[in-house]
Amino acid sequence: MSETVQDRVVRVIGTTRRIPLENVRPDSTFEELGIDSLDRLNILFDLESEFDIEIDDEEAKKVTNVREMVAGISQLLAAKETASPES
Amino acid sequence: MRRVVITGIGVISSIGLNQHEFLLALQTGRCGIGPIDCIDESQGQVRFKHAAQVRGFVPEALFPAKDLAFMDRFAQFALAAAQEAVTQSGVEWTRDLCENSAIVTGSCMGGRGAEEAGYWELFHNMRTRVHPLTIPLGMSNAGASHISMKYGIQGPAYTISTACASSAHAIGQAFWMVRSGIAPMAIAGGSEAPLFLGGLKAWEAMRVISKDTCRPFSADRSGMIVGEGGAMLLLEPLEVALARGARPLAEIVGFGMSSDASHITQPTPDGAARAMRSALRDAGLAPEQIGYINAHGTATEANDRTETAAIRSAFGKHADRLAVSSTKSMHGHTLGAAGALEAAASVLALQHGMLPPTINYTTPDLACDLDVIPNESRNVSVEACLSNSFAFGGLNAVLALKAFNNA
Repeated sequence: MSETVQDRVVRVIGTTRRIPLENVRPDSTFEELGIDSLDRLNILFDLESEFDIEIDDEEAKKVTNVREMVAGISQLLAAKETASPES
Repeated sequence: MRRVVITGIGVISSIGLNQHEFLLALQTGRCGIGPIDCIDESQGQVRFKHAAQVRGFVPEALFPAKDLAFMDRFAQFALAAAQEAVTQSGVEWTRDLCENSAIVTGSCMGGRGAEEAGYWELFHNMRTRVHPLTIPLGMSNAGASHISMKYGIQGPAYTISTACASSAHAIGQAFWMVRSGIAPMAIAGGSEAPLFLGGLKAWEAMRVISKDTCRPFSADRSGMIVGEGGAMLLLEPLEVALARGARPLAEIVGFGMSSDASHITQPTPDGAARAMRSALRDAGLAPEQIGYINAHGTATEANDRTETAAIRSAFGKHADRLAVSSTKSMHGHTLGAAGALEAAASVLALQHGMLPPTINYTTPDLACDLDVIPNESRNVSVEACLSNSFAFGGLNAVLALKAFNNA
């Protein structure tokens, strides 16, 4: 079975922050996960690579938990799909 | 201990190619921030589009062609600024001065622009060699070395690299050497030329760069703007300056440093406050004697809030009587040159009784509730001021300067 967007976000956050994936739940806030400003940069960098997207600085600042990150990335993926339907 | 005065200033910046243009820009609140046009976009795109670029700088007019080949842009800025400072001071390089005077420069990135150009050929164009000058162009001490060779200055000469506090640390160290008598005179400051693709991409990844402009202390601030430039000060003992008929522009009276010992990128109010207190103690100044602070004021969310808290902690009630501005709103964040450019701005402020503004200011922020001299300079003479520089890595340097008064 292929990974959902949420699975992939959880995997990237857990791997980048070096915490067990089972600790990263949809409702987990970044604060609960001990993610500081520099961890956020690393996670955003790895998520951009994972999904081949560009995450805007200002939009990224608004995201405080895993669920919002999944929603934001899903939006960016949908926009990418619309921009180039062939790929 | 000797009193130390500044008798020469040199400035290369996005808002002026000498101290006179720089002063006029500070007085009128001119902004040096604009579209980046020094990057070849076919090599790569940068997400942010604005920087504080030095325009109209013609190195060929300043240096012989044979010397120019040995200098990256950052070293050119260093030497050009030093030449202006030395000329203004009118110093004659006697044998004793040459043997013992000091040169201390600061740079965060040194000549990495030259390195990038060489490595680009290696990685992309399948070249098998890099230019033989890659090391001498790239080394961060190149500015200090070129100043030394130009004037034959043979005393202590070195370069400090403490990210965005580099040249404040450099000026502070030089000040201490002149004050203690280790050096009879010093040229100190810093320079930076960070507007090359790899450097800009690295800042892009930090996600602290504004998409439009630099609005320090404003509620709608959106990050810093990278700038390039350089500034140098000539420091000498007061009695020497007076004896040779030189005109002191301002007095440098204190230097404080500290480390946050906390986080590699997140600043703490405590570390910055300790550096300010330490500078005041070194200067023998009471907080109430300070009338102006040239803030680090990067316009990032974290810096401006933290710096405000630090100023309140160090100055208590007097914080509400202080004028504080970030001239980065005009000349951008010049990284390793920032401390020197801002020390030069502070000297000019004391000398001319003019407090430079924080431009681009729109909306008060409760977390930055200081008098930040919004948008317009003020004709106000203050007795003394601080110039704050706080680096990534939590390394802080604060200079204390006093209006010159031969009492």
